[in-house]
Amino acid sequence: MSNASTRKRGIPNPLAWIGAATLGFFAEIGRLATFSAQVKAAAFSPRWYFGQIWKQFVQIGFYSLPVVGMSAIFIGAALALNIYQGSGRFGAEQFVPNIVVLGITRELGASITALMLAGRVSAGIAAEIGAMRVTEQIDALESLSASRYRYLYAPRFLAALVAVPMLVLVADIIGVMGGWLVSVYGLGFDSTVYLRNTLDFMTRNDVLTGIIKAFVFGGIIALMGCYQGDKSKAGATGVGRAATLSMVGAAVLVLAANYVMSTIFVEVGL
Amino acid sequence: MTPPILSLQNVEKRFGKNHVLRGVTLDVAPGESLVVIGGSGSGKSVMLKNALGLMTPDSGNILFNGEDVTQARGKARARMRERVGMLFQSGALFDSLTVWENVAFRLVNSGTLSRAKAKEQAVETLRKVRLGPDVADLYPAEISGGMQKRVSLARSIISKPDLIFFDEPTTGLDPITADAINDLIIEQVRGLGAATVTITHDMASARKIADEVAMLFEGRIIWRGKASEVDNSGNAYVDQFVHGRADGPIQPAL
Repeated sequence: MSNASTRKRGIPNPLAWIGAATLGFFAEIGRLATFSAQVKAAAFSPRWYFGQIWKQFVQIGFYSLPVVGMSAIFIGAALALNIYQGSGRFGAEQFVPNIVVLGITRELGASITALMLAGRVSAGIAAEIGAMRVTEQIDALESLSASRYRYLYAPRFLAALVAVPMLVLVADIIGVMGGWLVSVYGLGFDSTVYLRNTLDFMTRNDVLTGIIKAFVFGGIIALMGCYQGDKSKAGATGVGRAATLSMVGAAVLVLAANYVMSTIFVEVGL
Repeated sequence: MTPPILSLQNVEKRFGKNHVLRGVTLDVAPGESLVVIGGSGSGKSVMLKNALGLMTPDSGNILFNGEDVTQARGKARARMRERVGMLFQSGALFDSLTVWENVAFRLVNSGTLSRAKAKEQAVETLRKVRLGPDVADLYPAEISGGMQKRVSLARSIISKPDLIFFDEPTTGLDPITADAINDLIIEQVRGLGAATVTITHDMASARKIADEVAMLFEGRIIWRGKASEVDNSGNAYVDQFVHGRADGPIQPAL
């Protein structure tokens, strides 16, 4: 049997597979970009559904406080322990508060919060909108002369843009507190000295970079949830897949955006 | 002759290799009740969604009140939808809103009425579909399937549209509740003087609410006639469908 006929009978041609996957990847990027542009156009032009924006702000911001707080305190505590252990190799234990505050404000506060929200918020949005899609609620909305972009997606996007930076500020404070708790009660640091070192070392730019990242992460988290929910296929499997894809997609994009923004901040000296 | 309120002209729609609508041509006169019958997968729902503008046909034209709305977007589409109601197969009530907020959604969203006034109108419309004011503040998940259909009917008639689409209005209901829904459709639609397009498998419902019946098969309208003629259509496909026989030119969708 020739190679050609073997392929015809089901063994995939690797070049064809790579080609199809590449085309599919760029098509998906195009669809996501178009969708994002439509959501942004709806979010930054009237009409705004303020009731929906507030509802989503509470849903995304207030109800995420416990999970963000718990994550931040444990990350801060673990960071302090690891830095203490590592810096002890060259007798630099006194830098624990400096490195903890730097790590939390510039990096971990924003990225850990965003990763937790990719699970809690992005997947939740995708599941909710996916369920609305498969039960024809989105068709019903459009048939009642309401745009799904204005009524459903823009409020979630705007709420996330505001709520995620606020959550990151909370995570920064609780994360630093986690480091302080372990350092003072576990590693024998003096409380006053630890806090003074933290405040003296931290700069406005450290906090600002984290907040800028959080703003971008908020947009990514809401957009991925809305996008995957909007294109959800029928049935429980379709909704479950939308939730999974939104969570994975948001997490990967958050980490990629984090790297890009960190590079830019270093380049511009922020 | 009165011009049709809705006219589908040679409408085609494909999903990949699946050619669902293969040239549907259909006119609906003002005040007329047209029932479209057809087997599962014959394209009935796709036809309705194209007519409502929830999907865009690949070719052909859709005219509403003489205006071509095939590619209508934005305000032109909104203007059309303001005059059209729709009862979805699943009810499609918004589960985050109460019953009255669902019914009054269009009124509140258009900004023409205060919430208090809109609630009054919603309660009044709920009464027309035999639902008491005690239901108004419940959520859709707290009421039965039959009540959900009635709420959805109330939502479709509250703005007094000129044309209402009914997608399988009696599916999933017991025969008594289904008959009650048919009665409400007749009573409320005749009261409004609106034209209706109903798609259904339920022949009891079709016989009761239709002025005319059309049959969709393999993406085309293959027969249309008065409701009284449906049992003696002389069309083998229609005969097989209305008598529910497995034997005949239509292959069961197994």
